[in-house]
Amino acid sequence: MKRSITLNVNGEGRSIDVEPNETLLEVLRERLGIKSPKIGCERGDCGSCTVLLDGRSMRSCLILAVEADGHDIVTIEGLSKDGPTELQQAFIDNNSFQCGFCAPGIVLAATELLARNPSPTEDEVKEAISGNLCRCTGYDPIVKAVLDVGSGRARRQRSGPPPREESTG
Amino acid sequence: MPIAHEFEYAKPETIEEAVGILNKHGTDAQVLAGGTDVVPGLRDGLVSPKLVVDIKGIAGLSGIKREENALRVGALATFTDLIESELVQKHVPLLREMAMTVASVGVRNRATITGNICSAVPSCDSGPVLLVLGASIHATGPNGERTMPVAEWFTGPKTTALGSAEIVTSVSLPIPQEEHGAAYVKLGRYRGEDLAQASVAVLALPDSEYRIAFGAVAPTPLRANRIEELLRGKVFGDALIDDAKKLVPDETSPIADIRASREYREHMLPIMFERGLRAAVARLAGDGPAYGAQLI
Ligand code: FES
Ligand code: FES
Repeated sequence: MKRSITLNVNGEGRSIDVEPNETLLEVLRERLGIKSPKIGCERGDCGSCTVLLDGRSMRSCLILAVEADGHDIVTIEGLSKDGPTELQQAFIDNNSFQCGFCAPGIVLAATELLARNPSPTEDEVKEAISGNLCRCTGYDPIVKAVLDVGSGRARRQRSGPPPREESTG
Repeated sequence: MPIAHEFEYAKPETIEEAVGILNKHGTDAQVLAGGTDVVPGLRDGLVSPKLVVDIKGIAGLSGIKREENALRVGALATFTDLIESELVQKHVPLLREMAMTVASVGVRNRATITGNICSAVPSCDSGPVLLVLGASIHATGPNGERTMPVAEWFTGPKTTALGSAEIVTSVSLPIPQEEHGAAYVKLGRYRGEDLAQASVAVLALPDSEYRIAFGAVAPTPLRANRIEELLRGKVFGDALIDDAKKLVPDETSPIADIRASREYREHMLPIMFERGLRAAVARLAGDGPAYGAQLI
């Protein structure tokens, strides 16, 4: 039997009727048109379907849509409403992704990490994204981008080198 | 692929209501908490209930509370809750060390320790740790509440002593005496998202008392009584460790599966046991590696 639920997706209340066997991942993608969570393994192993549910990264393929009734959900679409976040910009600057399939999940996992631990160590970054499989990059440029944000390097680089002194001679 | 199996969904608000539903529907009902095992099970047809009973709407099942000599872990407490709990960190750091090895952040944010022992796969990380801590499991059913020692909980691969209309409400963990050392050693194919190929939990208490349990090497997690007996009261040292390691094959019966061969498990078990034992004893003495450090 269909049930009526309301999801607070990216700050907007969305009411929809769902069957109990529809996953949150399917409802976001196929019913609400939110395509950043990707369909990968659909069994909790790859992290490509990651969303933030009440601020925590979770696998939307392992959640029934009915379970998410009344909860806050953030996807990449909501994260970057006003342009890329500092973290996303650091990923761009480091050429962190190739095909990009893992990117939405990794961006959200790293966003959660930085929200709780603003200056993580390399091990902490690796641990935080260890459930997000990337088939292309070998992870190094991904880890580096997160560390750049954590150490403040990303911000310094974007503000550019200090202006050169005008020669007065 | 959508989940092909169709079912109804109920979200009771009290434990009495939930038990009533389970009592009425029997094995046609499936309890849902974190869902990290149940949802893949629905997809793969491992479970095909007519009704899924979501217990997340029941008040009083969340959180971790201190009781006199125990921590009471609510049925909805996630592995992340355990990792972030100051009570756990202070009184039972072993539990935190174990929780940090479970899957990955995105699963730990959702998966519950109670669900882990209800799924009762032989490799479940919680099993050996709850065994050495002497945990008790509280359940409510049609005949009221009852408490089971964890030693009687696991009855076989994926089976437990829980009745079909019963719901686990919490797990009590006796707080080990202040002075103790413990360790959880988990072997996986790689760091990150993986189930244990084998695991061992060690609790070292003053006066050379030990509790030891293994996971993923038998149909259920198990206590290693003979090893505990051998170690009891003896002077700790290389000779004793060598004697204890010789008993590991008697206590365990690993099989070959997709994650490891039997030979590899047999080879690694005494090594893991030694690492865990040494770390626990060193932690008891106050100079061990920090909890959470990589031991293997
Ligand atoms: S699609 Fe959800 S974890 Fe892979
Ligand atoms: S960039 Fe291709 S999977 Fe990560």
